[in-house]
Amino acid sequence: MADNDRGVTPSVDASLDSTLDSVDSAEELVLEIAGQAGVHEDDMHKIGMAVREAMVNAVVHGNRYNANKRVRLTVGVDSGRLTIRIADQGEGFDMSMLPDPLADENLLRQSGRGILLIRAFVDRFHVRRLEPSGTEVTLVKYLSQSA
Amino acid sequence: MSVKLTTRQVGDVTVIDAAGRITLGEGSSVFRDSIRDLSAAGNKKILLNLGEVTYIDSSGIGELVSAFTTVTNHGGSLKLLNLTKRVQDLLQITKLFTVFEVHDDEATAIRSFA
Repeated sequence: MADNDRGVTPSVDASLDSTLDSVDSAEELVLEIAGQAGVHEDDMHKIGMAVREAMVNAVVHGNRYNANKRVRLTVGVDSGRLTIRIADQGEGFDMSMLPDPLADENLLRQSGRGILLIRAFVDRFHVRRLEPSGTEVTLVKYLSQSA
Repeated sequence: MSVKLTTRQVGDVTVIDAAGRITLGEGSSVFRDSIRDLSAAGNKKILLNLGEVTYIDSSGIGELVSAFTTVTNHGGSLKLLNLTKRVQDLLQITKLFTVFEVHDDEATAIRSFA
């Protein structure tokens, strides 16, 4: 398979529906690759959960379940790291405007913890706005840190 | 498998044994409806046994918080029992250990409602 434009050989490049079934599918696809890469079981759970949270954000908050919008999932293993990119076609969001879920006044909010969990479970997390619309999140887990 | 809830009564404490996944979708709505119904029926002492819960995502955590506020707003209290290591980690990450009273022994948990 050819290298993509960021030097990562993709193991998966999938276009997924904006449905909750896609959340499950993405988690399964990523964990299959992570398992092949020898990721430890505890880290498998963390990676799966981070992917799940990112996919829910893409499907629910990004594409808002719009059947005409897709979620692109790419997964690659390269240079000792697992790189996962999830891109939606939504209107985007401003990270700086998200309430801090750890602030005392927000502890009892029902939602708003997804990105906190992603950050906790992967080694690197990056968000970028796509043109003309959409958001791409990149999750990186260093394989050398999997015991 | 979405979450399966089994309710039993120990004295005046309602124990909910949860098993499976509490995630966005069916699992979380089943959980929400059950807690709301129990609270509306006047159950004020609720012990939620999460020992057989295999997976909770951020929506599931939100449901735990919602359950806590629902029960509290009805004048009751909701406590957690038998957290798995993964759920403990989630409560640490989200600082919700400061909100929930957590027990690892059912008899002690039951007595704590007195």
